[in-house]
Amino acid sequence: MHSLAFDISHTLAGGLVLISFMMLYQDRLYSLLNVFALHAVVLALSVAWQAFVQHAPHLYITAAIALVFKAIVIPVALHRIVKQLGIHRDIESAVGIGPTMLAGMALVALSMVLMLRVTAEADPLAREDLAFALSVVLLGLLVMVTRRNAVSQVVGFMSLENGLVLAATGAKGMPLVVEISVAFSILIAFIVIGIFLFRIRERFDSVDVSTLDDYRGERR
Amino acid sequence: MNLPSFDPVTAVLLTPIGSAALLAILPGYRLTARLNVIASLATFLSALSLFVINRPQPGPYVLIDDLNIVFIVLNTFVGSTTSIFSASYIAHELETGRLTPVYLRFYHAMFQTMMFGMNLAFVSNNIGLMWVAVEIATLTTVLMVGIYRTHAALEAAWKYFILGSVGIAFALFGTILVYMAARPIVGEGQDGMVWTLLMQHAADFDPALLNVAFIFLFLGYGTKVGVAPLHAWLPDAHAEGPTPISAVLSGLLLNVALYALLRFKIMLAANPNAIAPGPLMVTMGLVSLVFAAFMLYRRRDIKRLFAYSSIEHMGIIVFAFGMGGPLANFAGLLHMVMHSLTKSAIFYAVGHISQIKGTQRINRIRGLTVTHPALGWGFVVGVVAIAGLPPLGIFMSEFLVVSSTFARQPLLAIVLVFGLLLAFGALTLRLTSVAFGAPRGSTASAEASYLPMFAHLSLVLGAGIYLPAPLVVWFQNVARLLG
Repeated sequence: MHSLAFDISHTLAGGLVLISFMMLYQDRLYSLLNVFALHAVVLALSVAWQAFVQHAPHLYITAAIALVFKAIVIPVALHRIVKQLGIHRDIESAVGIGPTMLAGMALVALSMVLMLRVTAEADPLAREDLAFALSVVLLGLLVMVTRRNAVSQVVGFMSLENGLVLAATGAKGMPLVVEISVAFSILIAFIVIGIFLFRIRERFDSVDVSTLDDYRGERR
Repeated sequence: MNLPSFDPVTAVLLTPIGSAALLAILPGYRLTARLNVIASLATFLSALSLFVINRPQPGPYVLIDDLNIVFIVLNTFVGSTTSIFSASYIAHELETGRLTPVYLRFYHAMFQTMMFGMNLAFVSNNIGLMWVAVEIATLTTVLMVGIYRTHAALEAAWKYFILGSVGIAFALFGTILVYMAARPIVGEGQDGMVWTLLMQHAADFDPALLNVAFIFLFLGYGTKVGVAPLHAWLPDAHAEGPTPISAVLSGLLLNVALYALLRFKIMLAANPNAIAPGPLMVTMGLVSLVFAAFMLYRRRDIKRLFAYSSIEHMGIIVFAFGMGGPLANFAGLLHMVMHSLTKSAIFYAVGHISQIKGTQRINRIRGLTVTHPALGWGFVVGVVAIAGLPPLGIFMSEFLVVSSTFARQPLLAIVLVFGLLLAFGALTLRLTSVAFGAPRGSTASAEASYLPMFAHLSLVLGAGIYLPAPLVVWFQNVARLLG
């Protein structure tokens, strides 16, 4: 059962979980973006490896999309946005690093227990992949809720989507339509986010989401 | 009748997306507003023709059955009346300078793209495609909610975007899990995502995997349905976006997510070893109902008030479908149709009211029936309908929900009735202050199109008095399909 193919995909997927953890404790926006780029590179490697072992050439396209868009284009663009907005100072975390890491471990444990139990029938390759993928999804969610800064929320969201891509490629033979759509959704999401960041900046002179709270409709 | 050269499914999809492209490049307000109306009406007529045409065989992408025809026709009908309303609403926004022509072009193109996304979600036979379609519909509404670019609008759009994306991520994960459950039995590739094939083999799927998948799908699509406690985006998005969008959000987008949920519920019910989806839906439905009923009392913003009312009614609908069985399903379906019609009619009225008075604050609006009789009384009828008074349609569907619950689970019925009465009290309290008494605020006459509002209200009234027999038979078929 423990062939080389299994070991390598296991390592790559586990690496993604580890990098998700690294995101949790980054306290500078630039370093968070760099870690995200690393996340995307490992994702691309993992997807390419799946393409190789599953003999599914269309997955190479997904890997290429991950590499070009998520590892290069989006981090570079976000770097420029951060620079233009002049917000490369510390990230305001809503929760401290200690509790965040503990919560992250709990989430990973939860997804392992859950997914390994319910996928007992599935083949081991897909099974481990799915468990790791759920961990990455939940850790991405954690990044989103523990940060108050709009840019880092976006990074959390994109790492969450990386987890979904990992899950989709782990499910053997899943039709291409889904992978492309995932890539597209990230692209669209990015456009939306880009527009919003500039609008928020224009209105508030800040991209700190907490300043938005003062304008809740009911408090007028 | 057989029209060989005309394919309504293609028309329902191509009309909105084609006109969206056209509206994105055409200048001029009057022309584009009219074109928007024409495109929406054409889509509605194509949808109606689904009733008479021979249904295509379910393919890998498209499925037409009794269930989704109801949704498609309702969707395109409310879409076309909303386009009529939005023509008169947006003209006023343009005059007051809240919107510029460039944004208007964007608004119209987005409106049609959203209609495309929703129709695609309904006709798709492929759970992956359905997911993509729901995401298209969501992203377009996010963009439209933020269109005024005020503080509050941006905050609402951002919140909607973040919560909606997390929801859609969970829904995708659930979809992948369904595929994983199907793969050993249905086979790899395309087939593992085709809903009709999944249904044929659902009994053999691994129940544990299906259970987890349903939890994710429920959380994901449930966020968009707006069941408490996943509703946080809904009041803000309804209150801060343009009112036509509030109308389609309440009347249509919530239904799209509900439809996706129902499809998966049917699949889960087909597997004897999987958990019953009913209790989860019943609980969440009741929680939404009671929670929203309490929240109604403290609203000061009129659009927010009706946003919470939408949460309340989606709670009732989810509850009814969760109960299951022919009668409760019938009631849930009827309630969904009635709620869509009534709530969009109310939002049409609220849109004009807030334009005339220049405010959405409830305590600055008084005596509408005196100053604006047509608008005021239309609003009164709408609120009376949504509060569930006879003889309007919602009374009938609520009555059916309550009586079917009393027959089977009397204890749950007590909670249900409690929630309904609570909401009724809040709505009548607000209604009397807004509609009656000495007028307050501007008394300028409204340049409004009342046609959409009264069309909806007369349908709701008609359904409350007499439901045509073919419609009843149709709904009974669907109720059986829902299990």
